[in-house]
Amino acid sequence: MSVPGIIRIALKSLMRNKTRTFLTMLGIIIGVAAVITMIAIGQGAKKVVDDQISSMGTNVIMVMSNFTNTQNTARQAAGTGNTLEEEDVPAIRSQVQGVLYTSPVYNTFGQLKYGSNNWRGRIMGVDVEYFLIRDMKIDSGDLFYSSEVENGAKVCVLGKTVADNLFGGVDPVGKIIRIRNIPFTVKGVLKSKGQNMMGSDQDDVVLAPYTTTATRLMGHRWRFLTIMVSAESKDRIPLVQQDILNLLQARHRGTTSEDFSVSSQTEVAEAANTVSNTMTILLASIAGISLLVGGIGIMNIMLVSVTERIKEIGIRMAVGAGKRDVLLQFIIEAVTISILGGLIGIALGWGASEFLGKSMDWSVAVTPWSIFLSVGFSCAIGIFFGWYPARKAANLNLIDALRYE
Amino acid sequence: MAAENLLRTEALTKTYAMGDIHVHALRGIDLEIRKGEFIAIMGASGSGKTTFMNLLGCLDKPTSGSYTLDGVDVHHMDDSAITQVRNRKIGYVFQSFYLLPRTTALENVELPLLYSQHVHARDRHQKSLHALETVGLADRAKHFPNQLSGGQQQRVAIARAIVNDPVFLLADEPTGNLDTRTSVEIMAFFQKLHAAGKTIILVTHEFDISQYASRIITFRDGRIISDVPNPTPHNAEQDLQKLPRLDPEEEE
Repeated sequence: MSVPGIIRIALKSLMRNKTRTFLTMLGIIIGVAAVITMIAIGQGAKKVVDDQISSMGTNVIMVMSNFTNTQNTARQAAGTGNTLEEEDVPAIRSQVQGVLYTSPVYNTFGQLKYGSNNWRGRIMGVDVEYFLIRDMKIDSGDLFYSSEVENGAKVCVLGKTVADNLFGGVDPVGKIIRIRNIPFTVKGVLKSKGQNMMGSDQDDVVLAPYTTTATRLMGHRWRFLTIMVSAESKDRIPLVQQDILNLLQARHRGTTSEDFSVSSQTEVAEAANTVSNTMTILLASIAGISLLVGGIGIMNIMLVSVTERIKEIGIRMAVGAGKRDVLLQFIIEAVTISILGGLIGIALGWGASEFLGKSMDWSVAVTPWSIFLSVGFSCAIGIFFGWYPARKAANLNLIDALRYE
Repeated sequence: MAAENLLRTEALTKTYAMGDIHVHALRGIDLEIRKGEFIAIMGASGSGKTTFMNLLGCLDKPTSGSYTLDGVDVHHMDDSAITQVRNRKIGYVFQSFYLLPRTTALENVELPLLYSQHVHARDRHQKSLHALETVGLADRAKHFPNQLSGGQQQRVAIARAIVNDPVFLLADEPTGNLDTRTSVEIMAFFQKLHAAGKTIILVTHEFDISQYASRIITFRDGRIISDVPNPTPHNAEQDLQKLPRLDPEEEE
């Protein structure tokens, strides 16, 4: 008999037992929905991490000196020491291939004051390209210009947290704040970036020209320079890292590769991804177990259904159904239950993911591969758990089946 | 003029093993049946008539002996070939009807055609409706078995048996679950089919029922003890006129 014909027979026999069919399907529905939801939650967590990483900037390379004891050591002659210098920045820029942006970064802390409001915050001295490297956008006002950096102008841009704490509801643009008692004009306020991966507030920062920061806010003897670089593309990062390291060793004679660390966000990102992938796998395997239980449910019902329908199978065989026809009919019934259950499960899982995302404010991401995975898995379950009952049905003895009461 | 042979058995035996005891259900049956015969197989329970019917219907395999149906040696066929024989050459009518529950009369009649590789969907519908018309149940096509009386159910089963135009009909106690009047009605259908040229083999233990056939074979203890023609079979249609209508509403 033709396969479409058997499909018709199988569907009809499922329709004749709507309640039983639905209850069997429920196991698969819940299983698939759980897998989809769990993967969506796992992938959502991963997306949060990805977003945080990309909020640090794209293709960012950080160059730091490992010589941390600068404060207590006499500054050595230029070109001989193993600390980074401002002159290294244009050198990297002009001599390393694949570099897009560069900026020196000075980090310090200090008391910030506006009127009677006080705030202790992080102050970063940067060049204008820093905004591009970190993908920082202005919310109100303006960024500072290269001319202001060159002239060592006393201007600054505030992170949102600083702006809120110093100014309350007042618009900070154009106002003058005192950083370590030195007056700086606020040029603008940055758009919020939220917390970074380590949980620290990326908006709790004041950005000022590195020139001004170095000369006005920090003493020469204890400056500690970091250089931020962005590579043209993700693929070039390892090469750029190596070239920077080679260049620095050449520029600072007598240093070894251990004196400088050149690290990239990709490494951090990969470590973080490993964690969230592990979490996804863990959640999905727990949900997968419920899918397995659903599959066993199918086998159970199909076995009962074979016993219940022994006589029907006998009648079908007597009027000309072959073993193959009976085998196919039962497998198709099982596969139909699991595929249909799978599809409903996808819809339900998707809905549940969206609901969780909205109501719990979780980040969820339903991914195409999780859908393919669960559909494939539920097909496999249908065939695997449908096979044994189907064989049992097909191998029934005709006379015994007909006389079965 | 002798009609051509339809089936022939030679030294057919069937032995069931029940633990250590071997039960000889059939002890060597030689029989020839020609096309167009209406045969009643008689016998008390345990006489082997049902076992014989199972063998004739290719529902079971003989222990030894040969069985030739329509010129083909059935004994040496594989499973799928025998399935085809059941589907194409034999129409079954059982004592307890054996209709699929929760399946309409029409779909029950369609069943053999569904498993037949040579029938298209359009013809299937046509043929099934025609078969239902033959047994006078075209208006009940959409009814489920539990909405039909016993006699109607058996008529649906007969429609199912003839829908694939088999070479013979095999009826196992077709009137066993029916009252007298309905039994005679069913026999009238068989006689009509016989008159139209069908070969019919009827297994029964009721003497009255066997009298509608034109040849009566009697079994006892796994052997044929008599095989006689019945030159004056009863006419079911006429008998029906004589029977009182006990409950005229029943068939409505």
